[in-house]
Amino acid sequence: MEKLKFERPVINRISAGVPDKFGMGTSIQPISHIDDVAVQDLLEKYGSPLFVISEKTIRKTYKEALSAFKTRYPKVQFAWSYKTNYINAVCKVFHQEGSWAEVVSGFEYAKAIANGVPGNKIIFNGPDKSREDLKLAIENGTLIHIDHFDELYDIMAIAPTVGKVAKVAIRINMDTGIYPQWDRFGFNFENGEAWSAINKIMPDENMELLGLHTHIGTYITTPVAYSVATSKLAALAVRIELKYKHNIKYIDLGGGFASKNTLKGAYLPGSDTCPSFDDYAEAITSALNNSDIQYEHMPTLFLETGRALIDDAGYILGTVLANKRLVDGRRSLIIDIGVNNLFTSFWYEHHIVPSRIKQRDTEDTTIYGPLCMNIDVIRAAVQFPVLEKGDQVVIKRVGAYNMTQWMQFITYRPKVVMIDLQGNTHVIRENETHETMNSMDRIPGYLLDFKL
Amino acid sequence: MIKIKKDIAVSETGFLFDPNTGESFNLNKTGQIIFKQLAEGKSQSDILKSVLENYDIEDHVFHRYLDEFLMMLRQFNLIEKEED
Repeated sequence: MEKLKFERPVINRISAGVPDKFGMGTSIQPISHIDDVAVQDLLEKYGSPLFVISEKTIRKTYKEALSAFKTRYPKVQFAWSYKTNYINAVCKVFHQEGSWAEVVSGFEYAKAIANGVPGNKIIFNGPDKSREDLKLAIENGTLIHIDHFDELYDIMAIAPTVGKVAKVAIRINMDTGIYPQWDRFGFNFENGEAWSAINKIMPDENMELLGLHTHIGTYITTPVAYSVATSKLAALAVRIELKYKHNIKYIDLGGGFASKNTLKGAYLPGSDTCPSFDDYAEAITSALNNSDIQYEHMPTLFLETGRALIDDAGYILGTVLANKRLVDGRRSLIIDIGVNNLFTSFWYEHHIVPSRIKQRDTEDTTIYGPLCMNIDVIRAAVQFPVLEKGDQVVIKRVGAYNMTQWMQFITYRPKVVMIDLQGNTHVIRENETHETMNSMDRIPGYLLDFKL
Repeated sequence: MIKIKKDIAVSETGFLFDPNTGESFNLNKTGQIIFKQLAEGKSQSDILKSVLENYDIEDHVFHRYLDEFLMMLRQFNLIEKEED
């Protein structure tokens, strides 16, 4: 007689709490394939853990965003936010789609140039631009977004020595009715600081004010804040036209659109609560169309959206290392994906699922990473099926910030693989090895030998 | 030997009620089979033998599951006393 299929014995306490009024299910849908490539095959071929980028999703998301804006306003230009994910292959996909580059350091600037982006199609943001960075940016006709007065004075001093007019914009911070109000970047709108900066730039023949820029915050779930920001920038553009007979060429609303990830402490999942590209586009373009800017001088709308364009395209795959019971009886699962690779787990309740399910029972589980550090928690509490050592897990929506903010800590950073439109896989970044890490260390001669 | 508290009620569908605490629990099918045998006073080795005979599972894997299951029964205070 054939033996019966065994299921692990489970006993669960029934908690008589108030049922969730939204009727959210706890059912877990495994992810066995990404763009028709099997998770198991990817891990076997490239090792675990592994970042995977779906080129198809990048292009699809980009087209959605572009279409949301272009159908409402004719002149739209996206600039890829390098800091969100500056793996060259990822940047190149965005550039192929027509995105310019938006960088915030000399390092990112060099990356964009090396990727083949023309200097005059790079937006240079951020508070840290060295005099050498500024000189190069002026030479290349890059759009320099001035962050503070010291930078403004640097440009005033450097531009005449280069012999080229510096193409500049100013970054402006403002009250858009949301909390927290970002005020650390750029010049303030309400207290007249931005107007004062404009009054310094306009008379200077070595600078040409092309644009006005703001970036109101991050993970903004209130599109109306973008309406307020757009109206304020448009009002400033009108004031410049009145005083200087000068028309601003572009208005840059920065980024900050929320992705579909769920923030810690949120009552409902981000996929249900986050605004769509259409919501943001409607808010921004309505404010522009309704502004007092003369019709023939309507500026180009620049957008530096990062998170919302790339988060969905990124996955991290990993493997279960062990199961454990905590003192209070809770189950804990140790996987080989830690906070060193998944920096965003500090603020997101990441969506984690197994690659396949053998058993439907779920238990309240704490999921830990592999690091010998107490902070290494991927999910503090999640209803999760019981997996065995060696089983595989998939975490969705990790394309933004993880492949730039990851830490080389305790262990090596993994490979990044891209699945192209035909379903072929390409390593787009190699994993670190002992040699990679050691190649940067230097040991003084007197420390070479020791006896134990 | 493990002894389950005698006044605990288990339904045919695996619903378990502990009148001492008022708490209720759910057992899955395998959980029910093991719990029933424990309640009947069967030893761990008897349980092991019957499971290995009927199910497609390796000895050492089942041991791990059983240990953990028993740990949860202890955690939930469903065990009367344990005798060596």
